[in-house]
Amino acid sequence: MLRYTLKRMASLAVSLAVASLVIFLVVEVAPGDPAAFMLGINAQPETVAALRAELGLDVPKWQRYLDWVGGMLTGDFGTSYTYRTPVADMIADRLQVSLPLALYALALSTLLAFPAGIYAAARRGKAGDLAVMGATQLGVAVPNFWFAMMLVLLFSINLGWFSAGGFPGWEEGLWAGMKALTLPAIALALPQAAILARVMRSSLIDILGEDFMRTARAKGLTRRQALWRHGVRNALIPVLTIIGLQFAFLLAGAIIIEQVFYLPGLGRLIFQSISARDLIVVESVVMLLVFAVIVVNFLVDLAYAAVDPRLRSRT
Amino acid sequence: MTKPLRLLAASALVLAAGLAPAWAQRTDVTVAMQLEPPHLDPTGGAAGAIDSVLYSNVFEGLTRFTESGEIVPGLAESWEISEDGLTYTFRLREDVTFHDGTAMDASDVKFTLDRARAEDSTNAQKQLFASIESVEVVDPRTVQVKLAQQDGMFLFNMAWGDAVIVAPESIGEIKSQPIGTGPFRFVEWVQGDRIEIARYEDYWGEAPALAEATFKFISDPTAAFSAMMAEDIDAFMAFPAPENLPQFEADPRFQVLIGSTEGETILSTNNAQPPLDDRRVRKAIAHAIDRQAIIDGAMFGYGTPIGTHFAPHNPAYVDLTEMSAHDPERARQLLADAGYADGFTTTLKLPPPSYARRGGEIVAAQLRAVGIETEITNLEWAQWLEEVFTNKNYGLTIVSHTEPMDIGIYARPDYYFQYDNPEFQALMEELNRTTDPDTRTEMLQQAQRIIAEDYVNGYLFQLAMTSVAKSGLRGLWANAPTQAVDLTGVYWED
Repeated sequence: MLRYTLKRMASLAVSLAVASLVIFLVVEVAPGDPAAFMLGINAQPETVAALRAELGLDVPKWQRYLDWVGGMLTGDFGTSYTYRTPVADMIADRLQVSLPLALYALALSTLLAFPAGIYAAARRGKAGDLAVMGATQLGVAVPNFWFAMMLVLLFSINLGWFSAGGFPGWEEGLWAGMKALTLPAIALALPQAAILARVMRSSLIDILGEDFMRTARAKGLTRRQALWRHGVRNALIPVLTIIGLQFAFLLAGAIIIEQVFYLPGLGRLIFQSISARDLIVVESVVMLLVFAVIVVNFLVDLAYAAVDPRLRSRT
Repeated sequence: MTKPLRLLAASALVLAAGLAPAWAQRTDVTVAMQLEPPHLDPTGGAAGAIDSVLYSNVFEGLTRFTESGEIVPGLAESWEISEDGLTYTFRLREDVTFHDGTAMDASDVKFTLDRARAEDSTNAQKQLFASIESVEVVDPRTVQVKLAQQDGMFLFNMAWGDAVIVAPESIGEIKSQPIGTGPFRFVEWVQGDRIEIARYEDYWGEAPALAEATFKFISDPTAAFSAMMAEDIDAFMAFPAPENLPQFEADPRFQVLIGSTEGETILSTNNAQPPLDDRRVRKAIAHAIDRQAIIDGAMFGYGTPIGTHFAPHNPAYVDLTEMSAHDPERARQLLADAGYADGFTTTLKLPPPSYARRGGEIVAAQLRAVGIETEITNLEWAQWLEEVFTNKNYGLTIVSHTEPMDIGIYARPDYYFQYDNPEFQALMEELNRTTDPDTRTEMLQQAQRIIAEDYVNGYLFQLAMTSVAKSGLRGLWANAPTQAVDLTGVYWED
């Protein structure tokens, strides 16, 4: 287990180093200058030059890359060009929205998907299965921003139960914060739940055809007991992979949902920073997301080992 | 809504209303806008959103704009101009304090002006201060500004958001903790979501009716519509989806405010790029364009046609739209005269706003009708600034010039139009030195005619400002003489 962990960590470090270089190059190559953006169309060239100097944009690119990477290694993500506040603080503020939202959506999607997938697999080919599969088909097909707008139309505009968007902040209380995140979480969770339920179902159906399931029945377990004791646990590996991927997606990919509900999350920060060419913010946030994805995958790998003892002994 | 739901909603409303004493007038307001300010220093950035939140709410200048665009005294209660027009002596108001409690006096004015015109200044409108030679503190309430040459625009320039008075004590933190002299003080900025301001109790002037105000930032047009419909916000300034305005007009809960802006929306033309360097070709383009079709198609009818680069609500405006009336026959003839009977191909690079993207498609179709093919490229702002504005790598583009009284940009040969007319440049220099109002009006009219006759750009329309507010809200500015959401006169009516 230790060697397995160490090997995974080494590949993690290499991935991060490569990612930092790619991110820096891609962001720096894009046309556009943060100083010109800030000063607008009446500014004189020498004013733009003065601002570039003030922002430290006049130093060579390789030096800025080294400063950035060096800073990140010591926990300093740099200072935003436009906002002039430390990038780390900005990320921390936005994570207060994005992280709970991602977890909330993931919890909803798991809670919906597990029972639905297990139920469908157990009733394979019967009416119940067809109904669940039809519903998930719809869930996968419906774009989440459209679904979000429908939720707003019904629950905010017609019924007035929720705000149409915005986030009051956690200092207003846990309930107020959760309430503000409820519609966005539902909108995010539904398509994810549909995918997850389908994966759960097919994975479980595969397992149900295995020899050991027949053995379990033969030693006297009922269908239901065999399903829960031996089936579901073995079906979890592909499901965990999907959950890991979904979490990473939910953290960074909520950008459209954040637009629809005007939530101050990470996705909107990236979007705003790209249009303002706030390069250092884009680079640092994307780097952080890469880090999050890699760490989540790493944890998922470890979780495989936890649910499947064979993986532990083999490595 | 079904009946039980309606009942439920109604009872919820009654409950909510019951929480606040029914007789009390609301003294808070939530105003939404599309763009969030990148920082909170009006003297250090061009983003209009900075002024929208802070101008005359948190910060004030020596003079200020009114809703109709007039210049009235601000922190200077009066001023004297010397015989030669070179010395302005400002008398400052009494008992003006910054929100941190320190007094605002002549030394703050000197600091502000000197900082803005300094060598390393990052003021986006540095040219406003170009005529200043020196600033002297006479006594704490008197400041004397000496100009290098007469400047007919000086008092106007001092009203811009870029010229608001700041204090040396608080300048270091101004981008996140703005401290001004206005009727509202800055409270909190939750980045990505909102900015809160509250009444400043020691304000020198009349106290505003509002005790608290929140600015919310909603960039998505659909989300803007939902937020307004769900009554999460009380007003949306410059509502981004004009197609939804009729729906708000029909709804008794809301009012729609239609006003003018300083935004001349033009088909900017690269005057140095063949064949656009030929006046006949530019004239042909002008006659090929049907302005009203663009206003109707791209702006849902909101906008005023213009025939030159000048705001129609300005008293000095001359209506020159006839000079470029829609006449495709004439356009084809002009192209033939210039040697392009078979037309030509040029680029049309469009920034993100809908007036440009939607308007661009219509302009392209109108140009095609006279034989001019355009290759449309959609750009984001940062790309547009680099490709079009800085590198001048374009044929045509559509953009709204929102700075007030900005006809002077036509006197800058290095500006992205690349229009170089010594006669116009001399006229502008003379205008800058002229202070007599009547002579200035005449000169401004002459300037409008010159650029119209040279067909420098295709002059399309004056951008309208369409805002939506709850019907009980009064005192919001419908017009935008500068990008400001002045809340000093806003109140709720029963």
